[in-house]
Amino acid sequence: MTVSDAPRGLALPSYRRDEGTHPPLLYPDYLATRLRAPARPLTILPQLLTEVTGPVLGEGAVDADDHDLTRQHTGDPLGERIIVSGRVLDSDGRAVPNTLVEVWQANAAGRYRHAGDRHPAPLDPNFTGVGRCLTDEHGNYRFVTVKPGAYPWGNHENAWRPAHIHFSLFGRAFTQRLVTQMYFPGDPLFAHDPIFNSIPDPRARERLIGQFDLATTEPEWALGYRFDIVLRGSAATPVEQP
Amino acid sequence: MTLPLTPSQTVGPYFTLGLSAANQLVPADQPGAVRIGGFVFDGAGEPVPDALVETWQADPDGSFGHPDDPRGLSSSFSGFARCPTSPDGSWSVVTLKPGALPTPGGGTEAPHLDISVFARGLLDRVTTRLYFPGEAANTADPVLSALAPEAAATLVAVPVSGGLRFDIHLQGPDETVFFSV
Ligand SMILES: [Fe+3]
Repeated sequence: MTVSDAPRGLALPSYRRDEGTHPPLLYPDYLATRLRAPARPLTILPQLLTEVTGPVLGEGAVDADDHDLTRQHTGDPLGERIIVSGRVLDSDGRAVPNTLVEVWQANAAGRYRHAGDRHPAPLDPNFTGVGRCLTDEHGNYRFVTVKPGAYPWGNHENAWRPAHIHFSLFGRAFTQRLVTQMYFPGDPLFAHDPIFNSIPDPRARERLIGQFDLATTEPEWALGYRFDIVLRGSAATPVEQP
Repeated sequence: MTLPLTPSQTVGPYFTLGLSAANQLVPADQPGAVRIGGFVFDGAGEPVPDALVETWQADPDGSFGHPDDPRGLSSSFSGFARCPTSPDGSWSVVTLKPGALPTPGGGTEAPHLDISVFARGLLDRVTTRLYFPGEAANTADPVLSALAPEAAATLVAVPVSGGLRFDIHLQGPDETVFFSV
């Protein structure tokens, strides 16, 4: 990480700020933003000690089987078995190692194991829909799960969410914290989903679509999808490591 | 090489499934333990029952025990807590008051928590800071002192019986100051 020279020897990393990648907080087509998006402009916060550090949630945060959502019950969950893997990087291209990745999702029928989900699709007794893992030293993560179903929501007439898996990442600093969603290629619901379309740049939306990958597909077992996640890297021009 | 960033998306309404809460960093009866909490409100003044509040802070000595802290201090304190709001919109964490922190410019930051709020309807997290009431260092804090007094007041917790209260107003006349970090 590049550091800016500072007086008195306290040299801190500095993270690049978002240049329009993220959705605006107010996106009226997504109705719930209307009363929840702050209306006042955000205040620039200098990146000081609290911002360039973050929780180190390593050993103890994860059990060895937490990455396999198909092995959390006595039987196999219904649905199309998939392997979702990828790398967590920063925008300098550096791996983010040993960082916690948390996922949650609906089952193959589009139903969450959550008291608030009233979608009249079946629960699967063999699927909870929760996983976590730590990236390895190269930033790699891997989950085994089933492909989630699309589900209806009350945002507008005949509103359905495209199939997605929720991802939560910490990175190594408060500045890098990210919650996002991974989608699946070719979903016919993309054009109708205000959450997906809230991302201003269509190319940035594409980056949330996991890519089918034959190389990580396991014969007679599961389809592979790749999904790389890029967190904020250095604000300054990176210095090459010798 | 500069890679384009992965965009943020909302946590949606079902995040409690996957984001397990750990809102008690120390036992409530430990000396120095303080319960900090309040409500999250929307722009209509209604409580938000499906938000997630995360806090990040130094330990009482001002240490993070983090490799990017150039002071090289160690700490056995986690510093990270999170709590989903209840059906009434309330959240709380039990923690220790953090120490003051040096800044690169030679100044001092008053004790504070960095807070992230996630919710259905928030397409990206919003971040704010919580400061402690009656703290002499608040007046010289570089972040707090740069705000207009009425704005700064939204970041200072209020003493109540049993701890400190910190309400978060996502929108509306009492809107909390949120930061771009
Ligand atoms: Fe969802």
